[in-house]
Amino acid sequence: MVIIGCGNRQRSDDAAGILVAEKLRKLGIKAEICTRGCAELIEVWTGAKDVIVVDAVVSGAPVGTIRAWNGREAPLSVRTPPSTHGLGVAEAIELARVLDRLPSRLQVYGIEGQRFELGAELSPEVIAAIDEVAGKIVGDVRAERTPLTG
Amino acid sequence: MTGRASKTIRVDTLARVEGEGSLYIKLVGERVADVKLKIYEPPRFFEAFLRGRHYSEAPDITSRICGICPIAYQMSAVHAIERALSVQITPAVRLLRRLFFCGEWIESHTLHVYMLHAPDFLGYPDAIAMAKDHRAVVEKALRLKKVGNRIVQLLGGREIHPISAAVGGFYKTPSKQQLCDLAADLEWALEASVETVKWTAGLDFPNFEQDYEFVALRHPDEYPLNEGRLASNRGLDIDTAEYEDHFMELHVKHSNALHSVVRGRGSYFVGPLARFNLNFDKLPESARRAAIDAGLRPPVKNVFRSIVVRAVELVFACIEALRIIREYEPPVASRVEARNRIAVGQAITEAPRGVLYHRYALDEDGMILTAKIVPPTSQNQKRIEDDLREYAAQLVAWPLEEATWKCEQAIRCYDPCISCATHFLKLVVDREKG
Repeated sequence: MVIIGCGNRQRSDDAAGILVAEKLRKLGIKAEICTRGCAELIEVWTGAKDVIVVDAVVSGAPVGTIRAWNGREAPLSVRTPPSTHGLGVAEAIELARVLDRLPSRLQVYGIEGQRFELGAELSPEVIAAIDEVAGKIVGDVRAERTPLTG
Repeated sequence: MTGRASKTIRVDTLARVEGEGSLYIKLVGERVADVKLKIYEPPRFFEAFLRGRHYSEAPDITSRICGICPIAYQMSAVHAIERALSVQITPAVRLLRRLFFCGEWIESHTLHVYMLHAPDFLGYPDAIAMAKDHRAVVEKALRLKKVGNRIVQLLGGREIHPISAAVGGFYKTPSKQQLCDLAADLEWALEASVETVKWTAGLDFPNFEQDYEFVALRHPDEYPLNEGRLASNRGLDIDTAEYEDHFMELHVKHSNALHSVVRGRGSYFVGPLARFNLNFDKLPESARRAAIDAGLRPPVKNVFRSIVVRAVELVFACIEALRIIREYEPPVASRVEARNRIAVGQAITEAPRGVLYHRYALDEDGMILTAKIVPPTSQNQKRIEDDLREYAAQLVAWPLEEATWKCEQAIRCYDPCISCATHFLKLVVDREKG
């Protein structure tokens, strides 16, 4: 299983995916951190069958809301936040779909963010959601499966 | 729409540029009344972060400004501080730094040529839509970018926000074998880059030439990356320490990024087109041949052709990387020590998007008193507005949607890294009765 936390540490709530990955590492679970968007993400999951991706999202839901998708299903309608890397996680998944490079199982966790300005301060609701998503992934790892939700 | 009608071209979030920005164009009758490229990311605080920090932290702090060109930031930082402290780096370190830069150019140019810029010429909204019809092209791009990643990862210690560059050299230098392991990938990348030149040369370009002042580094023996004098096609030829005597930054109300101008002249152009036009004679023979075969001879004044020039620079970067791999012998020490002193040092390096200026003033303990950073996109910002003023005038008769799309394309020619300059572009065209 390959677990990938995405985001930008310098942009407040956009760091959510990275902080989930770091939390997992502290628990002794191998997790990748991806900060350069599309091409890197596809590269990181190449060869893996079972993949979990975590990123901050903007969907209009209340801040801190956790959403889970099966990335192999219909194209994502929720866009990842305006990233400084040109192409974000949703684009990576869609590009991989076109190129037949999606892993056979792909679970996406999205944490609704609110602030994306330069800075390290996260919304308290996002900090709580980071713990919850990390907890869910620990469960996924223990069960040695990716729970395909949605 | 009558000739006297006025309209506004408005792009609220520019796509396929690095960062966030917007464009507002006001047309009154057939006259372009106003052009504002707005960069609304909060002003950058990095210059202030650096004050009171030790100079050894500057390369790692400034590399965080940009996820696409962190190496250029590190390189301008280390060169400026080395200049302040009169540090002479070893020939091996000099080679490694050029190789490091080649890796960044390969990553950045591949991303822009294929994923951000090519969809404009082929009529797709983005690279994903393009990939459906041009799968092999996108596959090639991903592989090419990965070659650049490998170089950056090896020399930087990791792929993003590299941590190995240090004042005086590197914290760790690679073995000869580690570099040789990159050669086969680079041989493939060189071939792919030559194909990229041919492929981009076959695209359709709008007929749009401007009389630009091109500004780039110029070095007596090599295509510029880390060093050289700053030159232009209008007679500028200065030591990089004199940069602030010849260029100034202006605050404009509509943008959080400062506008740079050449004192007494106005906007200027930095980046691949400027480098190519001023340094064509320094390109390796096969890169020059690839350019000429693609119909490129300096001066290239059509900014839309910058996609072909970037491809030529990909060829250069691969040739240069292969040369360095052949010549490299690991240094005895990975870096030379610097002695503290009160001093000021400036440096300019060629980031993928153009010249990147850093200045540091240091105290007797090596602490940074002041720092100044002028990124390439803020230097191009006024030039982009000037282009749009001319280009929008050609588009007044076009339906608004198409005119807007064309203006966005013109901006993307500059590969603006708005996150560097301060951060997507929004475009507004305002038509008013004249």
